[in-house]
Amino acid sequence: MNGTWLMMNLRAVRGRAYPRLIGLTREPSWMFFEIALPLLTVSAYAYIYKFMAAKPEFVGYVILGGAMTAFWLNVLWAMASQLYWEKETGNLSLFLVAPISRMSILAGMALGGMVGTTIRAISTVFIGVFAFSVVFSLTDPVALVIVFFVTLVALYGMGMMFASLYLLFGREAYHLSNLLTEPVYLASGFYFPVRYLGFWTAAGASIIPITLGLDALRQIFFPSGAQDAFLPIWTEIFVLAILSVAFLILSKFSLDFMERLGRTTGRLTLRWQ
Amino acid sequence: MELAVETKSLTRVFEPKKKKEGKSVVALDSVDLRIEHGELFGLLGPNGAGKTTLLKILSTLLLPTSGKAYVAGFDVENEFHEVRRRINMVSGGEISGYGLLTVKENLWMFSQFYGIKTKVALERIDQLLELFNLEEKKNEKVRTLSTGQRQKMNVIRGFVTDPEIIFLDEPTLGLDVNASKVIRDYIVDWVSNGKNRTVLLTTHYMAEADQLCDRIAIIDNGKILACDTPDNLKRIVKTNTTFALDVTMLENKDALGVIQGVDKFMFSDDAEKGFTRLKFVLTDESAVSDIVSEIVKSGSKILSLKKTEPTLEDVFIKMVGKGLD
Repeated sequence: MNGTWLMMNLRAVRGRAYPRLIGLTREPSWMFFEIALPLLTVSAYAYIYKFMAAKPEFVGYVILGGAMTAFWLNVLWAMASQLYWEKETGNLSLFLVAPISRMSILAGMALGGMVGTTIRAISTVFIGVFAFSVVFSLTDPVALVIVFFVTLVALYGMGMMFASLYLLFGREAYHLSNLLTEPVYLASGFYFPVRYLGFWTAAGASIIPITLGLDALRQIFFPSGAQDAFLPIWTEIFVLAILSVAFLILSKFSLDFMERLGRTTGRLTLRWQ
Repeated sequence: MELAVETKSLTRVFEPKKKKEGKSVVALDSVDLRIEHGELFGLLGPNGAGKTTLLKILSTLLLPTSGKAYVAGFDVENEFHEVRRRINMVSGGEISGYGLLTVKENLWMFSQFYGIKTKVALERIDQLLELFNLEEKKNEKVRTLSTGQRQKMNVIRGFVTDPEIIFLDEPTLGLDVNASKVIRDYIVDWVSNGKNRTVLLTTHYMAEADQLCDRIAIIDNGKILACDTPDNLKRIVKTNTTFALDVTMLENKDALGVIQGVDKFMFSDDAEKGFTRLKFVLTDESAVSDIVSEIVKSGSKILSLKKTEPTLEDVFIKMVGKGLD
């Protein structure tokens, strides 16, 4: 690896991130579909907790979960499925012919997705806080930054790995994303503390980075709900860091495998396969 | 000396996903090609001949089943990173890019995948947009472009990285005359204005191949049937030359038939319009001067003289056994 190679790949990351970032200003309809609509789900859960006279923290958990939903959907529909769509439009061939690491294309998608989705997630939190008068108490800003960072890296690392695997599934990728949407809301505890699913279920669900990320965020923002925590914050940060590295390495391997397989079978450059 | 493209017994067989689903397809069958740096080389063949498969192998998108392929001296199988630094490709009918980006943004984005500095990329993009008469569309979203405008943008995308070797797969497919001309003119200029720039072009259009290419390979069923300059290829079918003359009414025609070098001689009189149409098939082209002298000596006046040349289409039909359409 030399400086020229690094610069070339950094430019590629920036190039691929650009359509995602500029899309925020060019297609404002996302505000309705990705902020207003998810708030309806958040509201439904919030009202259930209110009518049940649950602890006030639970409404806060729901808002946090609603915000993190944006990341999960972005990873499924705009990361994992993306290479498949790129193949259908003919972009994938052009990415493959370019003299860059394929990881920089995925990193560009991830970076663009993270920035765009963070704006959406923060919007959801603000509107949720305003609508339901939830008080967030930030106890440890350093932990917040680290949790948020490792959660996103692990989550988007998983999306990068899925991107290659989805290519192998071809048209079934669409069904796979559908299949992974709702069950993960339950397994990862998007709208309730995951520890109530039992230790082993929560531990199994922790393979999806958002499970531990959400649990840690709940602890950071709502210290009064410490008894709802699954694992201590720093343990979760440690596991998320391991997941980040593991998913990035696995995504590199799956990408190389997919490319080799594609070059052997010829399927990567054929549409509708 | 290192070649721009070289293939040795290059073979590609596509296997069905499951054995029940059909037979293997031999897309390329022991293809041997040698393309020099600086050449504008054409691949001419019908659908399914193996043109696109060959381009995909050379552009590192597909592996050969057997044989070897080298681009700029690098093995496409094992040294594909080096190959990719030196090439670009454009296909006819491409829908690449992102519709919400403008033309200029799309071109800039693709230039970033080749590590080109933004300033340099934007200068090149502006120059190319002007050359392709697309500058007024540079700030329009790609999804608003017509087919021809979009294809011009695709071609610019290929050239904006200034590759050593560019693979163009039917770059003027489905375009109108003007858009095709702009693209063809640019391709010729690009090759002739740069040292060692090489183009490998596939096309359905005989006239395009004839007009653009230094050499042409005719490919069918995965095999190269002939490979030479357009003129040399035409000589394959050029056994006799045909001349057609219109002259004022000619009385004595017998002398024309016995001129040395005349293989066949036909005529028809149009008494109403007052001229005679003569047709000669010559074994020796120089006989035409004797024919002209004989006509003038007989007191007749030549109204028109036309030589009929063999075309690439004649060559193609002779080689492949059928036309392209």
